[in-house]
Formats: sequence, C-alpha cells, structure tokens
Amino acid sequence: MTPTATWYLVVAALLFSIGGVGMLVRRNVIVMFMCVELMLNAVNLSFVAFSTQLDDVGGQVSVFFVLVVAAAEVAIGLALIVAVFRRRRSGATADDIAELRG
Amino acid sequence: MFVTILFVVFALIALGCAIGVVISRNPVHSALWLVGTLLAIAGFFVLQKAYLLSAVQVIVYASAIVVLFLFVIMLLGVDREESLGDPLRIQRPLAIGLGLIGFVLLVGIMGNRWATGAETATGPLRGEAGGNVEHVARALFTTYLWPFELTSALLVVGVVGGVALARRSNADEEEAA
Repeated sequence: MTPTATWYLVVAALLFSIGGVGMLVRRNVIVMFMCVELMLNAVNLSFVAFSTQLDDVGGQVSVFFVLVVAAAEVAIGLALIVAVFRRRRSGATADDIAELRG
Repeated sequence: MFVTILFVVFALIALGCAIGVVISRNPVHSALWLVGTLLAIAGFFVLQKAYLLSAVQVIVYASAIVVLFLFVIMLLGVDREESLGDPLRIQRPLAIGLGLIGFVLLVGIMGNRWATGAETATGPLRGEAGGNVEHVARALFTTYLWPFELTSALLVVGVVGGVALARRSNADEEEAA
C-alpha cells in the first residue's frame, strides 16, 4: 500500500483548514501571516500531488511561481507591519489596524 | 511499505506543527513550528519525486522566509507572550466550525475523483531522459519563459515597495520632531 494522490490531497486540505482557522482566530498580524504561508504550502502540496498523478510537469512549474509570489508577498507584508508598528507603539494586532477602516 | 511509514511520519509532523503555529502564544515559537511544517512538506515533495522543489522549499521557505519572519519579530520586539483570551466570545467556535466545514467541503465535493483531465498536457514528468531538475527546467525555460521573466519584474516591484515602505520619510521625521 503506497500513498496515492488522494492521501496527499487530504493532508493538503487539512493543512489549508488549519491555516484558515488560524487566520480567523489569531490577532497578531505576524502570526496571521504565517497562517497564510501554511495555506500557500497546502496548495503547493496539492499542485505537486496532481502533477505526479497526471504525469504533467505544469504542476511543479506552478509551485515555482507560487513560491515567487509568496516571497514578494512576505517582503511587502512585513514592510507594511513595520510601517504600522512605527506609527503605533502599542502593538500591531488586527484590532490596531482596524482604525484604517474609513 | 517504507514509503507509507514515511508518509505517515511526515503527515503527523506537518499537521502537528501546523497546529503548533496556530496555538502557540509566542510569535517566535509560531515561527519555529512553521519551520517544522515546511520541512515536512519538503519531505512530501521528495516522496513524490519532486526533488528540485524540495530543495527550493528548504532554501527559500524554511530558511529565507522564516528568517525574514524572525527578523521582523525580533526587530519589533513583539516576542512577548500574547494572551489568547478573545474579545469576541463567539469568534473561536465560529472559526473552528467554519474550518471544519471548509475541510468537509474540500474533501466532499471532490469525492474520490480528485484528478481528471488530459494527462501530460504541458509535458511529461516520467519516462523521459534526464532527471526531475531537467524536466522542470526545460518547461520553465521554454513553455513558461515569459511568465518566468515576469517574476523578475514582480520581485523588483517587491523590493522597491519594501524599501519605500520601511524607509523613514522626511515627513515622518518632521512630524516626530
């Protein structure tokens, strides 16, 4: 009995759900960011599982692009958090950023 | 059999560390749990013979991105314990319920017909000369050359944006003075 694509996809779905719950529950913006990374990784895992099952190289190429977008996203997002922190010493929780609401 | 044992071990590490990311009070601990999940996913990539991606996963994700996270946590000094007490009482049960519904939908909608469609639409992975690196590189530098070049533009935009955001502008200093 060897792992099939379905096994990987179930693990990916679980990881995605955990990341989503963390995104909804946590208030620290940096930890919310980490949960986004978890969800991106779950999607990468399912990309590779489909790629292996369908014998298609496109899935693995897509993971590259997801990685690049994730790297750019982390750079910009953390810069935003630093900028928010400079304004508000009290902390960068999601509640502190809520005052951006118009 | 050996592969199955490895799969179960990696799955336990990935899911356990993912739960650790969500429930640890200290952001530094969250970042370290995240490393565990990312390394387990690199292991999954090896099991699926995506060797190049597993190396990239370790180099880019588990080192570069996590170091960036840790750097910002240390720089801002937010590594104090955070109370997990919730201002909104209903938020946590609601979030967990929504997560469960999402998981059931993800698994349920697909049923057991996960992957359908044409096989080898953009290029084969198996049965050709050369290794995994060669297959991915050939696709990346022929079929996907234009998107690949565009990613460099995206990274430049990211770097410029990051510098512009993190840099202390003159207006800020006047305001602070």
